[in-house]
Amino acid sequence: MRVSVEITRRPEIADPEGTNIMRALTDLGHRDIESVRVDRILHLDIRGDDPDQVKLRVEEMCRQLLANPVLEDFRVEVGE
Amino acid sequence: MRTAVVVFPGTNCEHDVVHALRSLGGDAELVWHRETDLSDFDGVILPGGFAHGDYLRTGAIARFSPVMAEVRRVADEGAPVLGICNGFQVLCEAGMLPGALIANRDLAFICRFVEVEVTDTSTILTRNAELGQRIRIPLNSYEGNWVHPGSDARVALTYIDNPNGSQGSAAAVSNPEGNVVGVMPHPERASDELLGSSDGLVLLESFLQSLVPA
Repeated sequence: MRVSVEITRRPEIADPEGTNIMRALTDLGHRDIESVRVDRILHLDIRGDDPDQVKLRVEEMCRQLLANPVLEDFRVEVGE
Repeated sequence: MRTAVVVFPGTNCEHDVVHALRSLGGDAELVWHRETDLSDFDGVILPGGFAHGDYLRTGAIARFSPVMAEVRRVADEGAPVLGICNGFQVLCEAGMLPGALIANRDLAFICRFVEVEVTDTSTILTRNAELGQRIRIPLNSYEGNWVHPGSDARVALTYIDNPNGSQGSAAAVSNPEGNVVGVMPHPERASDELLGSSDGLVLLESFLQSLVPA
């Protein structure tokens, strides 16, 4: 089963990488950008038959390791 | 009294830390991260460098190294635990210190002497220092920008010029009890006049004096 995990930095936490990319884009003439945020997507191939069970397990992995609860939120999507 | 200086795959400041502690008369030994028994030690230092490639986030994987259960036990018993640079990041990831460390504000790797001020003298890093004392020690990090959504953290040292954007200019942070501390600049790299400063000694002396027999 293919699972996608989207890890996003909370809006209230600074994102220096996004801010600097925005500056570079602005310097290139793209002056209509209001913000850039850099997030992370992980793709997991995982054995299992029950999508709900798989989702619960991957959410547990997010809490354990994949996301930092101080900085980040996560969203898990189970595909085919 | 002995200090365990933990070595993760990628740690690179362990010998500097051991050398500095020994120059102060301390007893320090290197301990591989797979060690599962620290009962012979009275305190722990997680030195700087890298850990497990710092994949995912700095310190995120090191947090699960076998030794970390013992580091937590030692800390829970009140013994001094100090994380320097990458060690600070590991302690935050492990939830033993508040907040987290993200990329420096200007996305520059900062490697230079910085000036910090002592803002709390009741931690294992600062007990021998004076409140308001200014200390010159080197910073050497890319992810040194400390963020903490709450406001209840104890800050032991603050930067004078806040080079990396840390919240509240924090350069060193402690747990509520003051026995677990993370410091971003490197006291061991300012432990001899030959290195350009010996200002870091007061911090390492504080650590050594915090050791009590296990």
